[in-house]
Amino acid sequence: MSEAVLRYDQVSVGDALPELPIELTSSLIVAGAVASQDYTPVHHDKEAAQAAGMQDIFMNILTTNGLVSRFVTDWAGVDARITNVSIKLGTPNLPGDTMTLTGSVAEKDDAASAVTVDVTGKNAWGNHVTGTVKVALAAGD
Amino acid sequence: MAISGKEREDFEKQLEPYVGLDIGIEDRGRDPVNAAMVRHWCEAMGDHCGAYTDADQAGNSVHGELVAPPTMLQAWILGGVGMATGESDPRDKQKELHRLFDAHGFTGVVATNTEQEYTRYLKMGDEIRATTVIESISEQKATGLGIGYFINTRTRFYDQNDDEVGWLTFRVLKFENEAPAAATEAEAPAAAGRPQRLKPALAHDNQWWWDCVEQGELAIQKCSDCQALRHPPRPMCGECQSSDWEFVFSTGQGTIHSYVVIRYPEVPGYTYPLVVAVVDLEEGTRFVGNVLDVEPDDVEIGMAVQASIELVDDEMKLPVFRRA
Ligand SMILES: [Zn+2]
Repeated sequence: MSEAVLRYDQVSVGDALPELPIELTSSLIVAGAVASQDYTPVHHDKEAAQAAGMQDIFMNILTTNGLVSRFVTDWAGVDARITNVSIKLGTPNLPGDTMTLTGSVAEKDDAASAVTVDVTGKNAWGNHVTGTVKVALAAGD
Repeated sequence: MAISGKEREDFEKQLEPYVGLDIGIEDRGRDPVNAAMVRHWCEAMGDHCGAYTDADQAGNSVHGELVAPPTMLQAWILGGVGMATGESDPRDKQKELHRLFDAHGFTGVVATNTEQEYTRYLKMGDEIRATTVIESISEQKATGLGIGYFINTRTRFYDQNDDEVGWLTFRVLKFENEAPAAATEAEAPAAAGRPQRLKPALAHDNQWWWDCVEQGELAIQKCSDCQALRHPPRPMCGECQSSDWEFVFSTGQGTIHSYVVIRYPEVPGYTYPLVVAVVDLEEGTRFVGNVLDVEPDDVEIGMAVQASIELVDDEMKLPVFRRA
């Protein structure tokens, strides 16, 4: 859980975040869509998704963002403050697949005690998401 | 075919007034930021961060009290079940712009990029509203999905004091879609299930070899006249031009003659980095295959390897090598 707090001075450029595999189930995709209040039919209605040229329902962007944010705060802890998430979207997340989130520290901003983390979420078809998360950490003692 | 000439010119003139335009409707959160929706979100995401759901942890943290996950920002103003009915506000200039693209053959839509910036974390009770501006429309572009235009929008979020709490941008491609309908928010449609390997073209001269693989054997073709071995399968002996042949089963033992490590581009269905080796089989022919379960840096020319026949996707078997 998130009791642990990562301090800014404990982090170095190049540090890898713990890998996070996410099993992509219909339940997750629907739960994410509903929790984000995104009832666009392609995210919960298989027929609608197929009419749109997809094999099955696929994950909405808010869920992707939510998982990316979780990936970073699982590592950074309760005192982390995310200030920016910038992502490029790739292959869709479909049920039955697994997306594995990996990331590493790309930059440190001493003035803000903030780090930029490069994040990639990859499924069997390629990169679902690539991008950066800027997160301010607790300053060192 | 994409529109061109005068027709394109006229179309692009019609786009111009949309650039810089506020879409004309304000999205207002139907509920203030609240613990129930936050809990629901965290459960869906598997997010156990105490700042969102544990009042004690949140109170002792830099946040000082319970806060909403930052990436939930847009969730506070989305339409909920109403979005499934397809009704949209007729005043919505963004929808109007999309319909204009649709009418000119650019029916496909895919979000390619999104960025969010958070001025502050939202707290329970915050009341959120948002306004959206169409910031720019690109020139016509040839993309992997087809010819189209990128539309950039920016949505700014405000609280009950009219202070900005964050913004988000979307970059959306409206493209000429060959597929029947638009696939939103996703790139190329994926096939069902997991990616499969490319299948070999089977014909009279090689079907037998793949049948052997199916039976779990790595076969090597052998000239019936001069006894020379050859691979891959072909109808005539390169040594004596005889077309009489038989085959033997390889033990699968060999040594690496040469190899490459493929890192990029990644083709779906393979695991990278991918070691591909030319193996000197002990029978005297060479065979190209993947070397598994070895770090690329540990592979060496001359390394002893052993083949086994394994499923490499849902249906195809192939000889693969491991360190002997
Ligand atoms: Zn021969």
